[in-house]
Amino acid sequence: MKKQKELLKGNYAIAQASIEAGCKSYFGYPITPQSEIGEYLSTKMPELGRAYVAAESEVAAISMVLGAGATGEKVMTSSSSCAVALMQEGLSFIAGDEIPCVLVSVMRAGPGLGYIYPSQGDYYQATKGGGNGDYKLVTYAPASVQECIDLTYKSFYVSQKYRTPVCLLADGMLGQMMEPAVIGEYPYPEVDQSSWAITGAKEREVRHIASIERDQQTLKNRVEKIFEKYNHILENENIFEKYEIEGAKLVITAFGSIARIAKAAVKMARKNGLKVGLFRPILLNPFPEKIVAEIAQKVDGILDVELNCGQMLNDIKASIASAATIPVEFYGRPAGVMMTVEEIYKQIEAAYRKLVEKKYGTACI
Amino acid sequence: MEQLVYKKPDAIRDDFRITFCPGCDHGVAVKLVAEVIDELGVREDTIGIASVGCSVFSYDFFNVDIVEAAHGRSLAVATGVKRTKPDRVVFTYQGDGDLASIGLAETIHAMTRGEKVTAICINNTTYGMTGGQAGPTTLLGQVTTTTTKGRQAELSGYPLKICEILKEVDGTAFVARVTLDSPQAIMNAKKCIKKAFEAQLKGLGTGFVEILSTCPTNWKMTPQESHARVRGEMSEVFKPGIYKDKVSEVV
Repeated sequence: MKKQKELLKGNYAIAQASIEAGCKSYFGYPITPQSEIGEYLSTKMPELGRAYVAAESEVAAISMVLGAGATGEKVMTSSSSCAVALMQEGLSFIAGDEIPCVLVSVMRAGPGLGYIYPSQGDYYQATKGGGNGDYKLVTYAPASVQECIDLTYKSFYVSQKYRTPVCLLADGMLGQMMEPAVIGEYPYPEVDQSSWAITGAKEREVRHIASIERDQQTLKNRVEKIFEKYNHILENENIFEKYEIEGAKLVITAFGSIARIAKAAVKMARKNGLKVGLFRPILLNPFPEKIVAEIAQKVDGILDVELNCGQMLNDIKASIASAATIPVEFYGRPAGVMMTVEEIYKQIEAAYRKLVEKKYGTACI
Repeated sequence: MEQLVYKKPDAIRDDFRITFCPGCDHGVAVKLVAEVIDELGVREDTIGIASVGCSVFSYDFFNVDIVEAAHGRSLAVATGVKRTKPDRVVFTYQGDGDLASIGLAETIHAMTRGEKVTAICINNTTYGMTGGQAGPTTLLGQVTTTTTKGRQAELSGYPLKICEILKEVDGTAFVARVTLDSPQAIMNAKKCIKKAFEAQLKGLGTGFVEILSTCPTNWKMTPQESHARVRGEMSEVFKPGIYKDKVSEVV
């Protein structure tokens, strides 16, 4: 029977999707705006004979995830901003150990405690990481409650297929809003983890998982191998949205909930005759540089819109650096006041006039 | 007729490589843990947690599956393993800096939750691996590389008494402090380690053993002098004994 759409809150949708995906253990500590995930799982997981543990801190929660993930089972934690900051130690170990796990990061305003308003201020935290050493968090950014569900599934699959931590980067708006969505069945095949998982050495040689490595060459090779994996992930697991890119003179780049608002502004611009498109990377890390470069070669300018002071902006600029010499405008601000469609439209219009008039003169518009 | 009088425990690797300094008690402690795992017949079900410190290379000698934890996080990692694989036997092997300083929150909360795991703590009153700095258990007056005139309470506080704290934590089922300074002490230590594993196997809660251990390298003493220190000033402050035993209460 096909499942019906339900009116779902983002946080609950993520929580139920993790159950459908087969998450065996959840470890977490409350923080707004994502506390509903832990609340929901605290009841559901024990009913299913799975683990919910209220960790004493995020520092502990991520280490619990490390231990649980080392057994090869699907495991998850969720948190927000200043508390994800506390997880950076464990995330570095998990990445170095090649342990699969899912981190749901529901961004709030910062720095420090900031407040519980939606934000995109943790793009750097999710994609550049605060943990030590060479590693990346594979990061997916949803823009709707339905994508919260679909990308929770994708995150579990990619984490298990490539043995890597995956971050689902949502924000306070997505976590708290309700909209119709379907929690379908987990669509991916199960990935066998038995060749490496730490389960007790029954009728096999003992195994160990450790980030420490004394041999210089082995240490170097291990990190290189991890980085090769990121190339495969970019090649095979990249997801993005292109909207009205064909024939566009100006392309808006945005991710997550802001991309959704920007898309409405792009529609408005098209209605008014402006040749504007939208590129929304959904896989934020590794960043889809080639696709951005290809787009840059066909347009006159890019307007990057973010609810922060310009973070993805630098990835956009780096992507096009060797491909095109077009201007990259930025519109953004620190979290606090949410953006509106009209507000972004005004910025599009202004950028469009500036870029297009500069190139062709006013007659072209 | 040949008679086997001694053999390496199965829970020690055939190709074991002990990474500890000569004269250090770690080697004896590791062997006792391995013998207990053998005697309980749980080697193939056991998952050990390696901690940052001298015990980080546990997988070089323990012949069981091992997961490494970040500094202080062993009991959080153990929690993750045990909650996901409840039928496995999980133990941590930690130093006092790991368990009682940087990991004190993880220690107390894992034990407050009554995690069915076993924690072994080597207390040698110093950070051994990094070269002998003052730690949470450094005795008053003890000279270390960071208390060059001896630990003074007014500057750096008092030694932390681990067993005295953990016996008050409701989730612990066995709490003991032992020494390894004589054959009798070693036999007693093994009995306590076994009970700390039985606390887990019987589902009673967390089993904990603190081992007063020597660090001849950083103490700048001979092994004999080191054991005399354990018997003397260390045992005066950290009194050996069984602080809590719910295992014996269960028939």
